[in-house]
Amino acid sequence: MSLLEIKNLHCSINGKEILKGVDLTINKGEVHAIMGPNGNGKSTLASIIAGRDTFDVTQGEIIYEGKNLFDLSVEERAAEGIFLGFQYPVEIPGVSIANFMKTAINEQRKYKGLDPMSSMEFMKLMEEKKKIVELGTKLASRSVNEGFSGGEKKKNEIFQMAMLNPTLSILDETDSGLDIDALRIVASGVNALRSNESSTLLITHYQRLLEYIIPDFVHVLFEGKIVRTGPKELALELEEKGYEWLR
Amino acid sequence: MDNIKKAIRPKEEDFADFSCYLTQLETYRINQFNGFFFEKNNNSVLLDRNIIICSIKSAIEKHKSILESTKHLHSFNNDDEGLFIYIPNNITLDTPLQVLDVIKTNEALKIESKTVIIIGENSHVKLIYCDDTINDNISKTENKISVFLEANSSLEYYKMENINNSSSIFTDTNFVLNTNAQLKTFWLSINGGDIKNKLNVSLEGEYSKAELNGLYLVDRDQIVDSEVSVNHNKPNCHSNQLYKGILDDSAKAQFKGHIYVSKNAPYTEAIQNNRNILLTDKAIVNTQPFLEIYNDDVKCSHGATVGQLDESAMFYMRSRGISERSAKMLLMFAFCTEILSKSSIEELVDTLQDIIKRRLHGELSSCENCVLLCSTPCGTSDVDMSKIN
Ligand SMILES: Nc1ncnc2c1ncn2[C@@H]1O[C@H](COP(=O)(O)OP(=O)(O)O)[C@@H](O)[C@H]1O
Ligand SMILES: [Mg+2]
Repeated sequence: MSLLEIKNLHCSINGKEILKGVDLTINKGEVHAIMGPNGNGKSTLASIIAGRDTFDVTQGEIIYEGKNLFDLSVEERAAEGIFLGFQYPVEIPGVSIANFMKTAINEQRKYKGLDPMSSMEFMKLMEEKKKIVELGTKLASRSVNEGFSGGEKKKNEIFQMAMLNPTLSILDETDSGLDIDALRIVASGVNALRSNESSTLLITHYQRLLEYIIPDFVHVLFEGKIVRTGPKELALELEEKGYEWLR
Repeated sequence: MDNIKKAIRPKEEDFADFSCYLTQLETYRINQFNGFFFEKNNNSVLLDRNIIICSIKSAIEKHKSILESTKHLHSFNNDDEGLFIYIPNNITLDTPLQVLDVIKTNEALKIESKTVIIIGENSHVKLIYCDDTINDNISKTENKISVFLEANSSLEYYKMENINNSSSIFTDTNFVLNTNAQLKTFWLSINGGDIKNKLNVSLEGEYSKAELNGLYLVDRDQIVDSEVSVNHNKPNCHSNQLYKGILDDSAKAQFKGHIYVSKNAPYTEAIQNNRNILLTDKAIVNTQPFLEIYNDDVKCSHGATVGQLDESAMFYMRSRGISERSAKMLLMFAFCTEILSKSSIEELVDTLQDIIKRRLHGELSSCENCVLLCSTPCGTSDVDMSKIN
């Protein structure tokens, strides 16, 4: 059954068209990778799925689990199981990771009609998920992303993903700027969460990540459109021939 | 409103014992009622250490020689009822002093009060000055406060302004710092119809240091004016002004920050920052830095920002499932905590955090859906909700 269906999506910002008719279907249990050169709309696509309203959607629709995504607010989409790992995670001085995550979990639970998680349960969950990404012991009291190294920020995204246990994870360049050890940690975090019920959309422009997280499909987003779709071997071919080959 | 009646000393039996919202905090209480000092608390521990707390009038009658020895006699006036606090040399008070300036009136009232505080050499004190109104009647308060920090002394000074929306407070506070004296102030304007704070700090001794913090949370038609002025008159002094504010509805705030560095004050370090968050289009902030520097050997910096809540932080939080309202609340509270983190009184910080959370909480009347995790749930505390909501 399809989890996400993007149909003929067009969007623009300040009158400039960025997405020019994107079609993409992701079924439950699948891992998709989107590749493509910088500035071609990959992050834009991810943000629109998550609900950022700085872009004007001019045409098309997105159906998620049978619902029109544009009817849901950002936080409702999150509670429905959509998670975006940010290309540039935001620093929030003065808000501790513990309070941030606890609020997120409990507001998602409230949306689903569940009671809040107890502090005990929460601490336990946090300890458990922290291990996946090998983030330090003081994590809970640190301000969200403040003073984090590039690698720590990316690990923190995976940590949050593990805490929230989403149905659709979109990871926007979670691999960029990571050394090989950090990349392994991030990849094993993603792999640990793979299941038949959840799907992953990886955005990357290196095929390196795809050696660790094997995708079912690779798409190339070029000049606002998906110009090619293929099996995982497409990533290798792209790396060899370069994006100019697409023209 | 200018023909408003001037306050006279209330009768002893009318003294209103006010249950302060700083209940978790142990303090030496000093009571002012409608601007008049009332000897209500027997702080014998203080007396044993030759600390003087009395009206200015009785200070002149009973402690003239001390006043003369302080060289500050010219700041007194026989006609002042006022309040006088004198800490002799070499005293360290771990428990803060608390001036509780309470107003209770059945008619519109104008209150003029004067306070003189002297911190002796090598003495270390914390003082919390609270302004409160007990009911909703109009009052206009004018406070003139002079504080002298002698050599090697330190003072952590809190001014908590929490009065009703029909009342105003104008304060004019002067701090004079001698050699190596350390001053830290926290100006917390929590509620009030019209609040004007003039703060003047004179660094008159080498190596003296002033850290001036302010936080104003205003909504509706409230107005908060802060006029801060630091005079660097001697070498090697430091000052740091950090004033932050959140404005809702059509509230107005003004920040005027003045740094003066005399030609006799090389190696000065002076910093000034004013940061504001506007929650609506109608809220207005006017921020004016004014630097007057007559020496080349100084490190000076200033900055001012006026903005909305960080849009990318809002989106980031909401993308995790945090509602827009909660995300706003978390960001606003985080904005305030920078100021509180500078306080050394842990129990006070806890209470202040709760007060700020409630203040930000605004229209919500229950804690049920609040994300701010107060240590005391709303409704079970002594905070007068009618005042801070
Ligand atoms: N907030 C914005 N304002 C203006 N232009 C933007 C904004 N965000 C993205 N763009 C433009 O949209 C295009 C696609 O950007 P993006 O989606 O970030 O590309 P990618 O992730 O593929 O590198 C770029 O030309 C970029 O300059
Ligand atoms: Mg991008």
